[in-house]
Amino acid sequence: MIHTENLTKKFGDVVAVQDLSLDVREGEVFGFLGPNGAGKTTTVRLLTSLIAPTSGTAVVNGFRSGTNDNDIRRTVGVLTETPGMYDNLSAEYNLRLFAELYEVKDVAGQVEKYLHMLGLWERRNDPAGTFSKGMKQKLAIARAMIHEPRLLFLDEPTSGLDPEAARLVRDFIAELRKEGRTIFMCTHNLDEADRLCDRVGVFKTRVLVVDTPGNLRNSLFGRKVVFHLRETSTGFVDAVQKLDHVRDVKIVDNKLVMTVDDPEVQNPEIVRVLVGAGADIRFVGELRHSLEDVYFQLVKA
Amino acid sequence: MNWHKIKVIVRKEWAEVFKNRMVLFTVAFLPLLMTAIPLAIIYGTGQAGMGDSVTSEVPAQAISAMCPPGLKGGECFQVFMVSQFMMMFMILPMAIPGTIAAYSIVGEKTTRSLEPLLATPITTAELLIGKCLSAVIPAVIATYGAFALFALGTWILVANRALLSALLDARWLIAIVIVGPLLATLEVTFALMVSSRVSDPRVAEQISMVIIVPLLAGFFGQMAGFFILDRNLILLIALVLVGVDVLMAYFATKVFQREAILTRWK
Repeated sequence: MIHTENLTKKFGDVVAVQDLSLDVREGEVFGFLGPNGAGKTTTVRLLTSLIAPTSGTAVVNGFRSGTNDNDIRRTVGVLTETPGMYDNLSAEYNLRLFAELYEVKDVAGQVEKYLHMLGLWERRNDPAGTFSKGMKQKLAIARAMIHEPRLLFLDEPTSGLDPEAARLVRDFIAELRKEGRTIFMCTHNLDEADRLCDRVGVFKTRVLVVDTPGNLRNSLFGRKVVFHLRETSTGFVDAVQKLDHVRDVKIVDNKLVMTVDDPEVQNPEIVRVLVGAGADIRFVGELRHSLEDVYFQLVKA
Repeated sequence: MNWHKIKVIVRKEWAEVFKNRMVLFTVAFLPLLMTAIPLAIIYGTGQAGMGDSVTSEVPAQAISAMCPPGLKGGECFQVFMVSQFMMMFMILPMAIPGTIAAYSIVGEKTTRSLEPLLATPITTAELLIGKCLSAVIPAVIATYGAFALFALGTWILVANRALLSALLDARWLIAIVIVGPLLATLEVTFALMVSSRVSDPRVAEQISMVIIVPLLAGFFGQMAGFFILDRNLILLIALVLVGVDVLMAYFATKVFQREAILTRWK
């Protein structure tokens, strides 16, 4: 759905995006993570043909940026950083306007569908300016979806929303994912990216890494297993350290924490060794690093 | 060129802009004022029975050029005075759309609605034509309406048929029907160019009104008798304006740079 090669954007001497080479596959939710000013919005604008690259290429939905710009705009949906609604016009008019610009066949039907879907039907005749921030964001999402694009760009979809509105937006994104739509999502919310995204790209002017959240965790921190014991002893540490696949064994309170290559395969053996050494095991779990840990590790590096 | 999209933009602009009372006031008040003043002059000078003593105070050359044979001195003076307002009727379609056009790009940027609009498959030409028409059409309708009121008022106030035909001769029709829309287009394309370059709607409106200055100079020039706005001169103005409008439309499209508007405006 998206393929870029050495995509670069400079504003004068300032490099906003450098040598971005990326592939986003059909049907996946791709999270684009990065600090403020990293160039995430510029990347979305490049990929939606709102601005032209300084060098490099971008192919979106099979159309080449710079050559088929109108085709790209016709086939993608964009949720911009700020909703940017026409505040004096009704919610329904706002959607109808964009449905007509996208040349949607059943304008009234599509408008009604998305107003219902996002819980705005009852307020359809109210000016968008009277809406709360969350409602405006929902209306902006409806606007981005009105022509049923298979590829959707969401720039900070839950930024500034209260927890309830943010959850509704996240649930809607999850629905879109189930429908098989491809979503390119810029976000600061790492927990959200962890829950919604199939893959994430950590970005700071250039792409630092692209992978699934799970693989990123494992590659940076390994997989850590925690054995909760009735009481700990250094003898237990010595016993498990003899195993080849166990590293970095530490005692934390009444717990033994260790890095293991493949817990599903190796945990039974560790349990046998610990029990053999006289340990009384209460519980075994995996210590899960958050995507936030991954992000900070990468961005700070 | 997709005319459906242009119509969508025109309808959107009207739906938005006519909710603004100030814009409605500008569109309605100015034409009414411009109609009332010449009618008041016709009525006032007719009632006062102004004669040769008054005509001696205005340039004789101007009076003789405008006054058809058979009219008395006071009637010639009426024709001369009301003719001065032809220039005002030409300024009218320039004054009305300035507010609408100046707001159309900068206003969208300040409310951040321009980026979603530019993300749709609309070309720059379609967007600008839509915005241009949305400002020109109300101005032309208001001007035609005002002129129709003026014509009706003149018909009611003036009993002398020769004077009536002198007041409503072909010059007026050419000026209002042809030159008016061309001037409105000139003002709007200029306002769109300014609007694409500045970031404050008020600044855009003020700068875009600068284009009226040469026309005002023409108004005072004619009042002072430097030239007579006869049929040939009006046709020449119309011809020049066609060329200028085409050039201005071209430049407006060039000046409207999507990237600069999106990335440089804060």
